[in-house]
Amino acid sequence: MTDWRPSAPFGALQRRARLLAGIRAFFAARDVLEIDVPALGLAGVTDVHIDNLVVAGEPLGYLQSSPEYFLKRLLAVHPAPIYYLGKAFRAGEQGRLHHPEFTLLEWYRPGWDDRALMDEVEALLRALGAAGAAPCPRLDYGTCFRDALGVDLHRADDIRLRTLAAEAAGQPMSRWRDEPRAICLDLLFSLRVEPRLPAGVVFVTDYPVCQAALARVVDTPDGVPVARRFEVFLDRVELANGYWELTDAAEQRRRFAVDAELRRVLDKPVRPADERLLAALDAGLPACAGVALGVDRLLMQLLGASHIREVLAFAEG
Amino acid sequence: MAVYSTSEFRSGLKVMLDGDPCSILENEFVKPGKGQAFNRVRMRNLKTGRVWERTFKSGDSLEGADVIDVTMQYLYNDGEHWHFMTPETFEQCQADGMIVGDAARWLREQDNCVVTLYNGMPLAVTPPNHVELEIADTDPGMRGDTATGGTKPAKLVTGAVVKVPLFLNVGDVVRVDTRTGEYLSRARE
Repeated sequence: MTDWRPSAPFGALQRRARLLAGIRAFFAARDVLEIDVPALGLAGVTDVHIDNLVVAGEPLGYLQSSPEYFLKRLLAVHPAPIYYLGKAFRAGEQGRLHHPEFTLLEWYRPGWDDRALMDEVEALLRALGAAGAAPCPRLDYGTCFRDALGVDLHRADDIRLRTLAAEAAGQPMSRWRDEPRAICLDLLFSLRVEPRLPAGVVFVTDYPVCQAALARVVDTPDGVPVARRFEVFLDRVELANGYWELTDAAEQRRRFAVDAELRRVLDKPVRPADERLLAALDAGLPACAGVALGVDRLLMQLLGASHIREVLAFAEG
Repeated sequence: MAVYSTSEFRSGLKVMLDGDPCSILENEFVKPGKGQAFNRVRMRNLKTGRVWERTFKSGDSLEGADVIDVTMQYLYNDGEHWHFMTPETFEQCQADGMIVGDAARWLREQDNCVVTLYNGMPLAVTPPNHVELEIADTDPGMRGDTATGGTKPAKLVTGAVVKVPLFLNVGDVVRVDTRTGEYLSRARE
């Protein structure tokens, strides 16, 4: 029989409506402007591990995996606090916590750094009922890693990380011999570190440089270079990812080229860099911090849902 | 043999891992937002029965295992091997005690069971979930004691020992769940 009914119970849809209204009220009260950027763009992302859904046509269109590039182009012209609340798309992501089409909240604060933005994320989660009155813990990535695995991440060489990753995956070392450091860290963080994070809202800060993505790299007082990136976990589920944004066009170009090279190595399609974004960075992106938050996962936690389809009106495919 | 990618791993799919045929039990998609996607897979090693948990990078693949389940008739035991036959083709095969294992307790000659073949050779034997077997030996039945819920051991014709209600006697036929070894009901025969 054809399954035509909604996947979420009506109560979850009512809670979703209240959550979206709550988010908009929070930002309205803080004079952050909602921007409705396109879901379909002319460029995709170069990210090694994010695949755009490509829309056939002339020219090809890319369903946006986040509103980031549009919002940054806007910031280069209007340096005002802005947010987007709407759909984002990622090919091939499907599971208990993933759906190819999902709802993303992303916002930018010109003049702020990652620390100030974390305060605002915490205030938002408190206003929405996802965080209690007590301050949420902020743990740096290296400390979480050491507590879970007993290893100083900044000193551990690639062989040590590959050995740990192979062990965690239950795979012979031969299958992990050539894995880059970043992939070993992805695996170890997901399988070994996340399950040991405290419950509730937790900020993980100061990422290793190989996980910098679009964040600035700054030396700690001990002289260790770290990415000024943070992630928010809610009951050990990744909820949001934020950066003190990279504004250096040359460095951005270099990172896009590194992405493209990695894609070639991994035999994945190489996407052209978004020239409009790079031109906007050339014109000058104001110093800013930005963060993206998965709204469906937040709703899952508020409702105690165990699968994302329980909070989506229709979870097809 | 076909090759399967992590996105095709479904419960019941048979694949080769470290040289052994395995059956996939669960496949969970794990992905950090900006990072590599993984599949955490639980699978049963069909040779040893052990459950393995392995994590693969999404997109990795495993070779399919030539494993099929065939309904066969149990013919007889020659003292060392159990003999089975596919009723339609009269093709026969034999399996030793290691392979038949616990299923031996439930097999009655002429009954059907599922034989799992790996590269054409028996790998495992699974009896039907429910079997009806005659009691070969038990203490005499006690009348009027159907409500107390008391039980006693009864040896069935295949050798299995199950707990049955007190009122049953030698010669009675009982219905048993082979997965739990529990008595279900008295069978009408």
